[in-house]
Amino acid sequence: MWDWEYAFSIMPQLLEALQITIIATILGFLLACILGLLLAFARRSKFKPLSLVTGGVVEFVRSTPLLAQLYFIFYVLPQCGITLSPLSAGVIGLGLHYSTYLSEVYRAGIDAVPRGQWEAATALNLSRTRTWVSIILPQAIPPVVPVMGNYFIGMFKDTPLLSAITLVEVLQAAKIIGSRTFQYIEPITIVGLMFLVLSYVSSLGIRRLEARLNRW
Amino acid sequence: MNSKGVVVIEAAQLNQYADISAVEDKPIIRYQKVSKSFGDLKVLRDIDLDIAPGEVVAVIGSSGSGKTTLARMLMTLEQPTSGVIMVDGEPLWHKEVNGELVPADEKHIRRVRSKIGMVFQQFNLFPHMTILRNVTEAPIHVLGISRAEAKEKAIAMLNKVGLGNKLDVFPAQLSGGQQQRVAIARALVMRPKVMLCDEVTSALDPELVGEVLEVLKEIAAEGETTMLLITHEMGFARDVADRIIFIDKGRIVEQGPPRAILGNPRNPRTCEFLSRFRQQWISKN
Ligand SMILES: Nc1ncnc2c1ncn2[C@@H]1O[C@H](COP(=O)(O)OP(=O)(O)O)[C@@H](O)[C@H]1O
Ligand SMILES: [Mg+2]
Repeated sequence: MWDWEYAFSIMPQLLEALQITIIATILGFLLACILGLLLAFARRSKFKPLSLVTGGVVEFVRSTPLLAQLYFIFYVLPQCGITLSPLSAGVIGLGLHYSTYLSEVYRAGIDAVPRGQWEAATALNLSRTRTWVSIILPQAIPPVVPVMGNYFIGMFKDTPLLSAITLVEVLQAAKIIGSRTFQYIEPITIVGLMFLVLSYVSSLGIRRLEARLNRW
Repeated sequence: MNSKGVVVIEAAQLNQYADISAVEDKPIIRYQKVSKSFGDLKVLRDIDLDIAPGEVVAVIGSSGSGKTTLARMLMTLEQPTSGVIMVDGEPLWHKEVNGELVPADEKHIRRVRSKIGMVFQQFNLFPHMTILRNVTEAPIHVLGISRAEAKEKAIAMLNKVGLGNKLDVFPAQLSGGQQQRVAIARALVMRPKVMLCDEVTSALDPELVGEVLEVLKEIAAEGETTMLLITHEMGFARDVADRIIFIDKGRIVEQGPPRAILGNPRNPRTCEFLSRFRQQWISKN
């Protein structure tokens, strides 16, 4: 049933593909963090058209499937002259999709900062940028780190969708190996365990980060 | 009225006021017919008030009478519905363009606002920063002085409020009275010409009120800073204030030297407020 020798022999290939999965997740998440913050700012803008349009975009991206967005980026954009590698398209798709969720997370964190903090910043005549950088974000983000971490793990588990735009991430690699040898159980099981271990390690990391950020 | 709903006032009208005051000490703060509404609720009505440089003014009045709003407009936390507030001869919320007062931009407001500082009822310290950083943040990023110099000034100021030994702790590790003294140091290190204190002891346990009032008394005694103190501590008001203002339902109904207001109030509303206050004070103690 389970062939250890076979299992070991396919490890190098799977680990290589796992690197692609990890790279896509980390880059996608970084993009989502930055874009999410920009969306949160745009949403709060006093310039009404900007905040309304942003709200609409966020709602649209959230309520359409990630897979459809990936297809759009990879197969439709080239018709407009924008051709992306599978990895770039995947990172952009993941980043864009998750940025809409993260923008809501940021918003909740920002809204939870007491009004008195803004007022103290005004009374000290701090500039708007300085108020955000020194006063608001350092208080808004630590409490939402656990939620952000959940989205990180969620994105990690969504990476197999990138196989739909021809990216050979780890699950797709397992499938290819399986179809070559007609032995699926080892590659698929190993990939499942890889996801399990990495998700667990990530959640431990997030918890440690959370503890470090909340020391005051 | 212009598009933003702010009354545009002829500059000539303002200069009239300025001429009168030129005879005496020029006021550092001047409220001219200032009103404030929240929706339909009129909170302040036609407030006229001059405060001289170095003067210590205590504001008293029952809860909801508009005291906090009066101070918050001067700190630019609340925009007046109408009227003009002058700070050191300049309009705070307005700018003069072609002889007319128009709503000021952020740059103008920031410049004028630098003359004002405020201490809040709930302290509003930055909880994620050490005490030292709470006090150095604004000097470094607003005044643009070096970190070393900011630290030196902050330590001197924290020593003054008796907390020079708490530089590296976080606000949550301090008592309410200590936190409020840090907040005072944080405001003072910016060298504001005018300090606003809004019921700075109301959130404190009774045994911690004294230490905060002592610090304020000291600052008042130095006579360098103009102070607007909103307070329910009548003894404190009597001791430090040059003038007491009684506000009732959004109007200044009586003002004068502490002895006159507290000892011999003329307005029936003031009498009522003070007698109610004494009863509460007696029943509390
Ligand atoms: N932001 C606001 N929105 C609506 N009403 C307000 C606001 N701030 C204050 N008020 C109302 O204005 C009145 C005066 O408030 P305030 O200036 O805080 O009085 P005081 O400090 O004398 O207790 C109160 O009735 C209060 O409820
Ligand atoms: Mg008040």
